[in-house]
Amino acid sequence: MSFRNLPLAIDHERDKSTLFTPEIRAAIDKHIAKYPSEWRQSAVMPALTLVQDANGGWLTQALMDDIAVYLDMPPMSVYEVATFYGMYDLEPQGRHKVCVCNSISCMLQGSEELIEHVEHKYGVKPGETTADGRFTLKEVECLGACRDAPAVLLDKTYHEKLSPDALDKLIDDLE
Amino acid sequence: MVESQNTQNQNSVCFRTMHLDEAVRHTLESYRGIGGYAQWERILRERPDPNDLIEEMKISNLRGRGGAGFPTGLKWSFMPRNAPGQKYIVCNSDEGEPGTCKDRDILRYNPHQLIEGMAIAGYCIGATAGYNYIRGEFYEPIARFEGALEEAYAAGLIGKDIQGSGIDFDCYSHMGAGAYICGEETALLESIEGKKGQPRFKPPFPAQYGLFGKPTTINNTESLASVPVILEKGGKWFLEQGRPNNGGLKLFSVSGHVNNPNNFEVPMGTPFRALLEMSGGVKDGKALKAVIPGGSSVPVVPGDLMMDVDMDYDSIAKAGSMLGSGAVIVIAEGTCMVKVLYNLSHFYMHESCGQCTPCREGTGWLARVLHRILDGEGRLEDLGLLDSVAGRIGGRTICALGDAAAMPVQSFLKHYRHEFAYMIEHGRSMMAA
Repeated sequence: MSFRNLPLAIDHERDKSTLFTPEIRAAIDKHIAKYPSEWRQSAVMPALTLVQDANGGWLTQALMDDIAVYLDMPPMSVYEVATFYGMYDLEPQGRHKVCVCNSISCMLQGSEELIEHVEHKYGVKPGETTADGRFTLKEVECLGACRDAPAVLLDKTYHEKLSPDALDKLIDDLE
Repeated sequence: MVESQNTQNQNSVCFRTMHLDEAVRHTLESYRGIGGYAQWERILRERPDPNDLIEEMKISNLRGRGGAGFPTGLKWSFMPRNAPGQKYIVCNSDEGEPGTCKDRDILRYNPHQLIEGMAIAGYCIGATAGYNYIRGEFYEPIARFEGALEEAYAAGLIGKDIQGSGIDFDCYSHMGAGAYICGEETALLESIEGKKGQPRFKPPFPAQYGLFGKPTTINNTESLASVPVILEKGGKWFLEQGRPNNGGLKLFSVSGHVNNPNNFEVPMGTPFRALLEMSGGVKDGKALKAVIPGGSSVPVVPGDLMMDVDMDYDSIAKAGSMLGSGAVIVIAEGTCMVKVLYNLSHFYMHESCGQCTPCREGTGWLARVLHRILDGEGRLEDLGLLDSVAGRIGGRTICALGDAAAMPVQSFLKHYRHEFAYMIEHGRSMMAA
């Protein structure tokens, strides 16, 4: 067998107990406990999510480096994961994320109108944040809510069968 | 007459909690109320020969519901179940194939049946631990599944030495973070190992060298959630719900231009005509133009042809497409097929993991050429270029994403070439003419 995969465990010689907050460390530890002890790196995705959520929705290089230390990983391996998956953001974000699905089923049910509406009314293109920092508009691939198209993921909640007016109401209610 | 002979058994497998109140249908109490965990507890009590259970699964003819259609029982039999060391069962809830939204509802409305299915699968293949990989956007389904895990642990249904049987089964969730490719089973394993989701070259197959280098079986959510009902009612019962080589009931996600898009659990072999009727027919009373019958990766079928097709693996294959994940995308007359294909190609460009050159570069070429046609800057030679690029991706990559990107292009050009040619010549859609 030619294929071998081993954890990339390395020792950073930094005190893990100074990283993040006790709450975040406890939350990451709960994930680490799900995997074999030599596979701390398996917790990198939930760790990135937890740290990103606690940092206003985006990741800095310093935070990714801290995750590398906490999980005994080479920093590059953390960067690889953070840049590969679509839900990690490496730039400052608005206070909310408005993710409009624009894959086939949503497109057939009018997702492009939703995007155009938000673009015009709030002056943002997908990937941009409103001038007041209220939200970042994102055009995302299939959310798996095709029967309730068009769908929008607003922070952590799905909103379905949306019209431009209904989406407006949701956005108006954002802080 | 478009009624299927078995419509009375609709929603009788993965959706068998659907008739209960939406607020409580996901709870342990509800699941117990419909006979849930009875098969698992019978196994805990009687410790049957796993080979007998695998045989029952083979009789049922359950084929992998994630899209590949590989027989589940046969897959389980590949596991070296008596070999020493840890083995794993992994559930693939990374539902991301455009058009597919069925596993989300299993997780939200019947999570205990999935846990029971995973535990039984673990027993059959010799795995004492299971992971359910759920896509990161599914906050609500993840919470439901994790809540069900807590209930199952608290009730002593999973864990160590369960109910004094000597059988161990621990079950965990793992959240994704936005990558379609992690639905490919070896990319999914890489992702659980804390890496980019890039598919592994095979062999070795996961049954020999899988998660953390241990023997592993990966099954789709719907496949695993079907297991308790198959054991309860028998493999023969399940098979007979459908047709030979196309056993059972299947969840179909009907989306796009229909009046009532929804998930339907109906017998394999249900006529498409009946499924369309259940979905309220084509939106706004329009004619049916085309159907993508198995998720965005499969070839498109013209509407008139589709009206005579039955929803099973063999019938759809005869019509030149695939049943895939059971995601039925309905397209009404008047829709611009150039625009639809660009949408699909953009998806595959975005989701290519970048590992294999034909896919990484080819999906970009397809999307860019289609974009320029849509922009009114298409060239006459672009149709040949699309054919050529698609033909050079398919079959030349480690995983099936390359084929999935190529097949829509080839089928759209086969059936709707005139629309592409018109747009190149006139700089606007034939549908706007």
